[in-house]
Amino acid sequence: MLSDQDRIFTNLYGIRDPFLAGARARGDWDGTAAILARGREAIIEEMKASGLRGRGGAGFPTGMKWSFMPKVVGDRPHYLVVNADESEPGTCKDRDILRHDPHKLVEGCLVASFAMGAQVCYIYVRGEYFNEAMALQRAIDEAYAAGLIGKNACGSGFDFDLYLHRGAGAYICGEETALIESLEGKKGMPRLKPPFPAAVGLYGCPTTVNNVETIAVAPTILRRGAAWFSALGRPKNAGTKIFCISGHVNKPCNVEEELGIPLKELIETYAGGVRGGWDNLLAVIPGGSSVPLLPKATCDTILMDFDSLREVKSGLGTAGVIVMDKTTDPIKAIARLAAFYKHESCGQCTPCREGTGWMKRVMDRMVTGRAEIAEIDVLERVTRQIEGHTICALGDAAAWPIQGLIKNFRPLMEERIAEYKSRKPMQMAAE
Amino acid sequence: MSEPTSFTFDAESQALIDAAIAKYPAGKQASAVLPLLDIAQRQMARVAGSAWVPVVAMDEIGRVLDMPSIRVYEIATFYFMFNTKQIGRFHLQVCGTTPCWLRGSDDVARACREATGIKGYGESSEDGMFTLTEVECLGACVNAPVLQVDDDYYEDMDAERVTTLIAALRRGERPTPGSTIGRQSSAPEGGPMTLNTIPAE
Repeated sequence: MLSDQDRIFTNLYGIRDPFLAGARARGDWDGTAAILARGREAIIEEMKASGLRGRGGAGFPTGMKWSFMPKVVGDRPHYLVVNADESEPGTCKDRDILRHDPHKLVEGCLVASFAMGAQVCYIYVRGEYFNEAMALQRAIDEAYAAGLIGKNACGSGFDFDLYLHRGAGAYICGEETALIESLEGKKGMPRLKPPFPAAVGLYGCPTTVNNVETIAVAPTILRRGAAWFSALGRPKNAGTKIFCISGHVNKPCNVEEELGIPLKELIETYAGGVRGGWDNLLAVIPGGSSVPLLPKATCDTILMDFDSLREVKSGLGTAGVIVMDKTTDPIKAIARLAAFYKHESCGQCTPCREGTGWMKRVMDRMVTGRAEIAEIDVLERVTRQIEGHTICALGDAAAWPIQGLIKNFRPLMEERIAEYKSRKPMQMAAE
Repeated sequence: MSEPTSFTFDAESQALIDAAIAKYPAGKQASAVLPLLDIAQRQMARVAGSAWVPVVAMDEIGRVLDMPSIRVYEIATFYFMFNTKQIGRFHLQVCGTTPCWLRGSDDVARACREATGIKGYGESSEDGMFTLTEVECLGACVNAPVLQVDDDYYEDMDAERVTTLIAALRRGERPTPGSTIGRQSSAPEGGPMTLNTIPAE
């Protein structure tokens, strides 16, 4: 069990003062100027050595991502854009950082921007997080007033501006290039890559987009050292992570723990266990709605990190753990996700625009069993035709939950169809 | 209320607009289109009692930001939080995505309908007090199910607490947002199991 001394988000629950005085007492903004004095290269090297992988879902090594930015700032300014468009079903970790530990994020924005030669940073907060955005704005204002950001930030000689930008309700804007489009005042439709944002991003300038949690852990890593961070977690899956445990547990909660903690331990230690006991577990979606669900047998032993979950063809994603007990209709649970992806498809790519609607309609019939058994295979095939055939990963994200359902619950789907047929033989014949 | 024939930003909005546009580089004022739509919607709520953005307001935003009106229209309809039709005084937004559904969002929706007389999503009550909308994941999943009223999240809801909340709104009260069962934000019920050794500042 991780000790409190190794936890980064020491005000996760907002029990203490989230603002400057409280943040300073918890160690934020301690020696920030000295961190900047190490220089761009040294900061990036330390981040690489820490083994930090992006906390927004993809798990890309953060230090390496930062190193993709041009070494010298040319005609075009560099930008850091922080993705606080937290909308992945099952995920509510960035919310706690924004409202309860905002100075960790503000300080992280300064340090990361400095390391990438960006003098301007935008934090894109989902529109629904209005109260959270107000808390973050207050922290930004405090940091300006205290000289921590703005001209000559922390007395470092580095001029740095930080702005909050609120979204307006579009899941797709969590995709980094859609987020950039949205920030430019357009519809949030993802861009084709390449060019990657590090070459052509916001306003055509070199840009890095990072998740809130990724940026907010950076100052602590730089203060305590890469060796400290990389000693936590498992090899190639370093450090701590905020897990969000929702659904059918006795005590849903957020908690910061080491990567690699067994799923069962996570649920039983922190979330009061599965409703009705561990044996009442049906399945778990381990990393936000976009990753395939795990049947109970896998849940018994699986470790919660990027590589362990990839081995079982699922993913850590955002670490939003959605627990379903045996009272759950898994077909309905996944059908509701199909409705979500249909609602959130931006409509740019045909396989996703048409496919998410088609999958939702078929899934709705699968819930009642008003389908043919052969349609399960058709549905599976269609998911394969959407997956990998769209500009962004929303198509994949819409396909995977259904693939996971078919892989693990095909007998239940067949049973549902047979039951419907036996209940309504006459109507079927009449159609 | 039908579409008004004109729209002008008031002084309070104008101050917010100036601050919003100043965040972006010169010539990139189109970046402020989401903030300006939000400012317009809030002005309508403040002045007319309904948070929505009429077409004339979109035209005005296009003029202020030097963008064609059609681009403002397409933004306003792409992003879910802008209401392009008049809504009730209170916007009841039920999260129905899977994490909330697992914990009873169907009950929350039913209680909203029964307490307001609204038949289904997208409709308003006859007295014009409430509009009911189903929204997708609000990002408060460990406090599910969630009912968002305007800007505020009411968490750990059940049917009974929805009924109580709506009665309070009718009386003109605004109960404190957050957990409705006394939880400390996202900590487990009964109190945090971690961070208890962090010294108070």
